[in-house]
Amino acid sequence: MFSRTGQRLSSVVLGLLSAPAAFADWELNMPKGVTEVSQSIYDLHMLIFWICVWIGVVVFGVMFYSIFAHRKSKGAKASQFHESLGLELLWTAVPTAILIAMAIPATSTLIEMYDTTDAQVDIKITGHQWKWQYDYLGEDVGFFSNMTTSQDEIYDRAPKGENYLLEVDKHVVVPTGQKIRFLITANDVIHAWWVPEIAVKKDAIPGYINESWALIPEGQEGLYRGQCAELCGVDHGFMPIVLEAVTAEQYEVWLVDQRAAAEAEAAAALGDYSHEELMTKGEEVYARSCAACHGAEGGGMGSVFPALAGSPIATGDMAAHIDIVLNGTPGTAMQAFAVQLSEVDLAAVITYERNAWGNDTGDTVTPKMILDAKQ
Amino acid sequence: MTTTTAHHDDHGHHGPAKGIMRWVLTTNHKDIGTMYLWFAFTMLFIGGTMALIIRTELFQPGMQLIEPEFFNQMTTMHGLIMVFGAIMPAFVGLANWMVPLMVGAPDMALPRMNNWSFWILPFAFGMLLMTLFTEAGAPNFGWTFYAPLSTTYAPSSVTFFIFGVHMMGISSIMGAINIIATILNLRAPGMTLMKMPLFVWTWLITAYLLIAVMPVLAGVVTMMLMDIHFGTSFFDAAGGGDPVLFQHVFWFFGHPEVYIMILPAFGIVSQIIPTFARKPLFGYASMVYATSSIAFLSFIVWAHHMFTVGLPLQTELFFMYATMLIAIPTGVKVFNWVSTMFRGSMTFETPMLFSLAFVVLFTIGGFSGLMLAIAPADFQYHDTYFVVAHFHYVLVPGALFGIIAGVYYWLPKWTGNYYNEKLGKFHFWMSFIGVNVTFFPMHFIGLAGMPRRIPDYALQFADFNAIATVGAFIFGLSQLVFLFLLIKTIRGGEKATDQVWEGAEGLEWTVPSPAPYHTFAEPPHVK
Amino acid sequence: MDSQAPKEGIKAGKTVRKLIIAAVAMFGFGFALVPLYDVFCELTGINGKTAGPVERVEQWVDTSRTIKVQFITTNNAGMPWEFKTLQEEVEVHPGAWTQVEFWAKNPTKEDMVGQAVPSVTPFEATQYVQKTECFCFNQQTLKAGEGRKMPLIFSLDPRMPPHIRTVTMSYTIFDAGAFAE
Repeated sequence: MFSRTGQRLSSVVLGLLSAPAAFADWELNMPKGVTEVSQSIYDLHMLIFWICVWIGVVVFGVMFYSIFAHRKSKGAKASQFHESLGLELLWTAVPTAILIAMAIPATSTLIEMYDTTDAQVDIKITGHQWKWQYDYLGEDVGFFSNMTTSQDEIYDRAPKGENYLLEVDKHVVVPTGQKIRFLITANDVIHAWWVPEIAVKKDAIPGYINESWALIPEGQEGLYRGQCAELCGVDHGFMPIVLEAVTAEQYEVWLVDQRAAAEAEAAAALGDYSHEELMTKGEEVYARSCAACHGAEGGGMGSVFPALAGSPIATGDMAAHIDIVLNGTPGTAMQAFAVQLSEVDLAAVITYERNAWGNDTGDTVTPKMILDAKQ
Repeated sequence: MTTTTAHHDDHGHHGPAKGIMRWVLTTNHKDIGTMYLWFAFTMLFIGGTMALIIRTELFQPGMQLIEPEFFNQMTTMHGLIMVFGAIMPAFVGLANWMVPLMVGAPDMALPRMNNWSFWILPFAFGMLLMTLFTEAGAPNFGWTFYAPLSTTYAPSSVTFFIFGVHMMGISSIMGAINIIATILNLRAPGMTLMKMPLFVWTWLITAYLLIAVMPVLAGVVTMMLMDIHFGTSFFDAAGGGDPVLFQHVFWFFGHPEVYIMILPAFGIVSQIIPTFARKPLFGYASMVYATSSIAFLSFIVWAHHMFTVGLPLQTELFFMYATMLIAIPTGVKVFNWVSTMFRGSMTFETPMLFSLAFVVLFTIGGFSGLMLAIAPADFQYHDTYFVVAHFHYVLVPGALFGIIAGVYYWLPKWTGNYYNEKLGKFHFWMSFIGVNVTFFPMHFIGLAGMPRRIPDYALQFADFNAIATVGAFIFGLSQLVFLFLLIKTIRGGEKATDQVWEGAEGLEWTVPSPAPYHTFAEPPHVK
Repeated sequence: MDSQAPKEGIKAGKTVRKLIIAAVAMFGFGFALVPLYDVFCELTGINGKTAGPVERVEQWVDTSRTIKVQFITTNNAGMPWEFKTLQEEVEVHPGAWTQVEFWAKNPTKEDMVGQAVPSVTPFEATQYVQKTECFCFNQQTLKAGEGRKMPLIFSLDPRMPPHIRTVTMSYTIFDAGAFAE
């Protein structure tokens, strides 16, 4: 855990001298967001905030005045009054009234947030360790969404991109002007799906389904970035969300494209690929789907995630290696990737693992072998 | 903390035993109080070091110092050690030292159980800390240890964690029983309940809270143990259980727990401000009722920690209203403290500085708490640094400043020496600056969208994170000043009078400074 | 310490006894919260878990409205079965009995036991969902390579409030090997 300490300490010191000021903001407040609900929440937040500020100004004002004026060094003589029923009643009643005033808009906003009826689009969101899965109900479109920020960027070996830690390979595309219902669950531990600009945050609980909704008005097309908001293990900080709001027409086109791409992927599994093609693709798939746990150079992470470089599995029986990647290892964090990656990607990444970092088995795993293993 | 053996009491005891066995076998409330306080201070430094490791990693975007896996262990252990190892034992230490003195009792009601209550703690925390050095690593699921991350997906150290929690819980329960038995039965004649110092009142109420909820914590970790090792499924949906049940039972303990961690501080501050304002506490009865209301309300608000879990609308509304209600008695207390100062004749020795800072900064923490209570807005605050800012304000310049204020206030009584006031003030100002530079920016990054418990963050959060790290080092280093000052004062200094402070009132100021090993062998008469 | 009158000692002893009982009672209360929670959830359905099988009775069918019922499935981690719904959604009249089917297949080389756990949203709909037959009532054993259809026969109580127009029934399948009956 403290390996390469010297190197790291010096990057801390260098960091002191060269903070990435170009990208940092001095954000002070919650975003107003792009929906009616997010605006209502923002308004409520500001209302409570200002009430607290004013109460603070009054109370601290009296206190600081007293600290100044009622000090012994100024010759103040202490009074001895020590109770007043009237005052106690007053400063119980007035805060009560203020709280009731706050509770009214809070109640109506909450009721609005709970009304998931009459949605036009239903998206099932499943939290996994450590990525999100999206299924568009009734549309035959579904995919996994992985963070694309590289390990090199994270470990200071490459400059950080503008959307560092907030970029994914597949965006959740939604239409503007239509009510979208999110059905949220998880497949292992509790996660939480959160996109601040639409003010949606809901826990993703294994075995249970939660729902939430959003309506992004027409004219608010754009990219909205969010993160997992419930500690879910090692890579809790590395499973972002990118919501892409497009016009209703563009959304329909996107759905068609997604179905076509899925069909093409299934067809591609029957094609032929050279060892070199598989290695190139495999390296890309590995960086995206495996490196976060198994290390950029296959070195693993401590005792939790085993090394693949020189591992008996990656250099031993091919069928056993394929089985682990496809079906996972129950009781560990190694998931079943059969549903997450296409046959071509699976063949490519297993080929890569068997030949990279000095493993050099010379094996080629083809997509057809993956299809067979799935029978 | 040496108490002199020069004063012989009427029974011809020869003062404390010599050497290490004195401390192992002691049943004396002063010795035990001292041990609790040193233990808590040690834990503060250990938990604080973990905080500095966390803040160093978070100084910049990117992973520079540690791996995400170890980061999760640090955040978990930092929380567990500060809550259960620093704050709670420190308050118990202050109770041990001061409650018998304040009520005119010779010792706690159950002195031998008192000894066990303390000695369990080094064992419990030794076991917990040892897990850091195992291959599987320390607990890494947050101090709130939600299932199934803490059951099905936990490292093997979870079993040690559970045993540690059980041991520490037994210590707290025994301590609470002792405190209630002492306060209810050993008060000097004439000291009615409504004549007790407020520190005693707040500890009486805190002790009832401990007895009510520590067993529930024991229950929930036992259920975890059964799920992990004995094939039950309390929290596993596969066997018919429910992860959300975990959260309900945990927070049923967890919410009263945070009041356990603040009520004694309310008591301390309610003793200190009247002393240095030379004026009686304003609204004594109202302070007692307000504290009792807070304690009662603390049982019916737990689900405000669960607003995003998927609670039904009516449930969410109920918990929002109940949580907002707590602002009322809390506000009453703040108004009473300010009214105590008003038209007093104030001086600003170190205990008063820490108490005044407590009033202001705890109130700021209370304001962010009120904002969090508003359920719709909480959907944007939950699990972000806004929550981290809130609870650190109420716990650090809240509970911890209360403890430090109490230590400065009573230190001359314990040691017989005044501490160096210049150094004390220096410690105060460094701590005050450090605490605000560390935690105020966290409000901003939380509102801007930074989640909790992440080892790395997006670029727009970088500047305030860097500032918070600088503040953390200022705050951490200033506690070394406190350590230096404590040791210096124990070893010598300007001799303290019995009264110590001009405006101080109460039985504890009627015994000599340093307080003799045995006091109130004959109960005093209170008018 | 022996300067205390025996009376205080006895009173303290009484207090201590009462407090120990209180602590033990609260430990029991913590465990009692488990069945309490289950009962509360069964009564109100607020945790989205539907109740066990009911008798099929012919009831009044509300033909004035239809409700969209969606079915979704999730595999818990480490559960490699194929598990999907054979119809994604149906429109039903409240009161009418409807049968839908799910498909499950065990693709591994070992026999396995699965448990499907239901969850309904919105919560308010849960208590109005009546089932006479559901694969979620029992554990399902599938031999290595075996697959089969699994039926669900349900109806929505006509007393369901009018503002509920969509009900989503979610099933998560878990490996129940550890809990096999």
